[in-house]
Amino acid sequence: MSDQQQNRARLHREYDRVWGNWPGWGALAAVNHTSVGLRFIVTGLVFFLIGGVLSMLMRTQLALPEQDIIGPELYNQLFTMHGTLMMFLFAIPVLEGVAMYLIPKMIGARDLPFPRVGAMGYYCYLFGGLIILSSMALSIAPDSGWFMYTPLSSSTYSPGPGSDFWLLGITFVEISSVSGAIELLVAIMRTRSNGMSLTRMPIFCWYIMVMALMIIVGFPPLILASILLELERAAGFVFFEVAGGGDPLLWQHLFWLFGHPEVYISFLPAAGIVSTLLPVFAQRPIVGYRWLVLAVITMGFISFGLWVHHMFTVGIPQLAQAFFSLASMLVAIPTAIQIFAWLATLWTGRVVWSLPMLWILGFLIIFVAGGLTGVMLALVPFNWQVHDTHFVVAHMHYVLVGGMLFPLIAGLYYWLPHVSGRMPSELLGRWAFWLVFVGFNMTFLLMHVTGLLGMPRRIYTYQAGLGWDWLNLLSSIGGFVMAMGVGMLIVDLLLHFRFGRLAPRNPWNADTLEWAVDMPVTTYNFISLPDIGSRHPLWDDRQLPERLESGQGGLVEIQADRRVTWGSDAVTGQVREVVHVPSNSWLPLQTGVLLAVVCLGLLTKFYWVALGASLLALLVILRWSWHNGGHPLAAPLRDDDPQDPPLHSRTCDGPGRWGMLSTLLANGSLFACLLFGWFYFWTVSPQWQVPAQAPLSATPLLLAGLLLSAAALLYHRLTVRLCRGQAQGLAGGLWLCTALGLGHSLVILWLMLDAQLTPRSLAHDAVLAVMLGYLLFHGVLATLLTLLQALRVRLGYVGVRLPYEPMVLRPLWSYTLGVFWIALAGFFLMPMAW
Amino acid sequence: MASFAVVTLLVVVSLWLYAVKRRPGELDAARARRIQNRWIIGGGLILPISSMALLLVFGIPIGYRMLPLPVAGQQVLQIEVTGHQWWWQVRYPEADIELRNELHIPAGQPVDLQLTSNDVIHAFWVPRLGGKLDMLPGRTNVLRLQADQPGTYHGQCAEFCGTGHAHMKFTVHAHAPDDFAAWLEGADRDE
Repeated sequence: MSDQQQNRARLHREYDRVWGNWPGWGALAAVNHTSVGLRFIVTGLVFFLIGGVLSMLMRTQLALPEQDIIGPELYNQLFTMHGTLMMFLFAIPVLEGVAMYLIPKMIGARDLPFPRVGAMGYYCYLFGGLIILSSMALSIAPDSGWFMYTPLSSSTYSPGPGSDFWLLGITFVEISSVSGAIELLVAIMRTRSNGMSLTRMPIFCWYIMVMALMIIVGFPPLILASILLELERAAGFVFFEVAGGGDPLLWQHLFWLFGHPEVYISFLPAAGIVSTLLPVFAQRPIVGYRWLVLAVITMGFISFGLWVHHMFTVGIPQLAQAFFSLASMLVAIPTAIQIFAWLATLWTGRVVWSLPMLWILGFLIIFVAGGLTGVMLALVPFNWQVHDTHFVVAHMHYVLVGGMLFPLIAGLYYWLPHVSGRMPSELLGRWAFWLVFVGFNMTFLLMHVTGLLGMPRRIYTYQAGLGWDWLNLLSSIGGFVMAMGVGMLIVDLLLHFRFGRLAPRNPWNADTLEWAVDMPVTTYNFISLPDIGSRHPLWDDRQLPERLESGQGGLVEIQADRRVTWGSDAVTGQVREVVHVPSNSWLPLQTGVLLAVVCLGLLTKFYWVALGASLLALLVILRWSWHNGGHPLAAPLRDDDPQDPPLHSRTCDGPGRWGMLSTLLANGSLFACLLFGWFYFWTVSPQWQVPAQAPLSATPLLLAGLLLSAAALLYHRLTVRLCRGQAQGLAGGLWLCTALGLGHSLVILWLMLDAQLTPRSLAHDAVLAVMLGYLLFHGVLATLLTLLQALRVRLGYVGVRLPYEPMVLRPLWSYTLGVFWIALAGFFLMPMAW
Repeated sequence: MASFAVVTLLVVVSLWLYAVKRRPGELDAARARRIQNRWIIGGGLILPISSMALLLVFGIPIGYRMLPLPVAGQQVLQIEVTGHQWWWQVRYPEADIELRNELHIPAGQPVDLQLTSNDVIHAFWVPRLGGKLDMLPGRTNVLRLQADQPGTYHGQCAEFCGTGHAHMKFTVHAHAPDDFAAWLEGADRDE
């Protein structure tokens, strides 16, 4: 064996030792992005199959008129669960899984910046999904439709636990989606390989970046709405009931404020897959890179401006309708830009025809058709006619199946060799495609007609002789054809891992870095990290994979058994620090299990169990935060610490700070929705009532504000001095901050107890109570974390050489301060001026 | 509208198929850029913007006619319709008539329906008379309805409202104006 080969084998052994998963059950403690990403994908596909089976049951019932194979009770559960599974447990998690798997490889990193968060997200998703599914097995599944309109979903009209399963389970799953999004965003912003400036990023990264931002801003409205509705159901708070001054329409606003962006959240990554595959099969760079980036960003923005188009029939003012109608149509522009940029790529390239291209073509046909019916639906008078009919059912399946499932399967076939080291089978793949394509169109093309003929959605049966009979029968047959196609796909996948032809490295001659890693894939991706000089590293330098593997890139040698990757500048991609990421850990699983217990405790109304599990979960999470930075289990100070670039925990601005800022962005979106709800009640709610006397008094509010301001300012000053290298009085200052924060929290607590709110009879007081709870939560959290920092200073985990963690925490203090004064203005001053 | 959509779909798909089959030959950078700009600006900007303008020019006036605006020189008949799980309560406030799951209107004249709900959200919909409006607890929405021809029309709840949703139906009887007046009289006496 030559020296070079020996060296390479040694490197692989070393990397396997540091980066490998633990054997056996220890694999549950795996945190690396490849394992977690694959787990997301496989779990999501299982949920997809279950959701598909539910739809087959529905099509069986609807095949003939006046059948009663399935009664209305079960049917209502079926369509609610079908929508819920497909949207929340399949589309978003699978796409995030794909992104988690691919993004670090595409940007030349070894892992995501917060591996444990990714692993915890997976467990939240898995347990949340299982909890929701279990309701189906107990036949107490939610049955109010996947958008859970109040008051149908309220305790009066849905007294069973079905709605609770939905609200708690989905919120649980959404923790996973949001945490995944934060992780992806920070990965793309801060861990690209050296020299990968924003303009050199693979186009897929732009799509995922926008998707992540949209999840961060778009999911909190639903999280808030679910919390409010669960409070209403479980504790009797008034939010959506007209009698106490609430309004059921607030639910619809919050739901669609989430729900519309959600559609684009599932479309964008899929479009990103198309934009990644097409240039490879056309063997030329994507046309109009800048146009596409602009289109994707525009789409992200517009999608937040058109939630009301789901509510054209609730009776909103004409002017608002015209505005949202126009906004809905505007989305056609960035979509058309993408369609034609793809067309131009094919036009100017030499297309190599293969299986993934077939699925992309299917995507094009179905998605464009769905987009066109979408433009029609944006037209208000037409919408009034077909809203809530099977026309809308057809439209959304065209958009979602065409816009998400087809590109996803194209991507699945494209990246299969990456995971398995084998090539997909052309024959079975083609059969699967044609069955799915023909079956899909047979089902849903006809459904447009059924809808135009007046068949409403969500009815479990219909009378014969309305002209819907043969259409429904054909739709059902088509559905089964499609199911056969999906079955074929699954068979193909299973056979693939056993019998597939072995794949060469970079089998499609792609340009992006993920094909530079070993096949089948390893947990560390790269032995050494590349310098990036263009958007197409593998087309520029065909020897790159070889060179990286033999250790001729950056960051080769393993030091102190740390897992490390580059941290780089958000814009230029120049290396700034060495990011060390945690290794295998049980903490994510422990957190996930405890949160699941909280969820089950709330569901079964054993509130003391839920409370106990919450406290335990808090302890585990604090322990998690403890094993960071200079802690012996993370990266303790050593004499041979790398200096240029330094470890990120030795700097004042690492990925953790970006993670904190992204989290606060999500949090801010939730807070903004709460404020929106408050102002919405004041201005729109039909029977809004205000108590005769303002429940909050000014003096304690001001006192709380002053204490908080002092704490936040002091904290700010301490961190500024720390980053300048001045640590005198750091410990004392942090203790003082803790004391001030504690004082602030106590005053808020006293206010809550003293105010004598009646949230069970007045929406006014219910919102106020939630707001006070929100402020208290933030006061306590900031105080607690500062206390831990003070302890860490004493133990030497934080100091002049380790200034990182206090900097991560700083935005939380600023945020707490900001929301307090905004809340004061909105909840105290605004009503006085009214 | 539908035919325009079908044509757009066919053209886009055939262009793609042609682009896949086409062998471009050697393209220099400048020519490739011209081709790109042509497609992106033509297809990505001009096509959707002009289609939307067309759609709105036709769409907005139609929407305007459906608004419950006052009609010159005419008193529009007011009818109150309240949704219940799972039936329709119909009231004629002036004649003090109350009906269940049936609605009588004069043909050829607009009527205004005052829609509200007693429990969950329902939606009033008569497919052949067009329009659809939600019935919300605590709110009243007004729907302008007009049947041009006398006859019987079927209506049903369009917003999912629970177990009985599929069977929450009603019938609209549109009478010639004279017959309607007679019906009002008759129904009045029956009470």
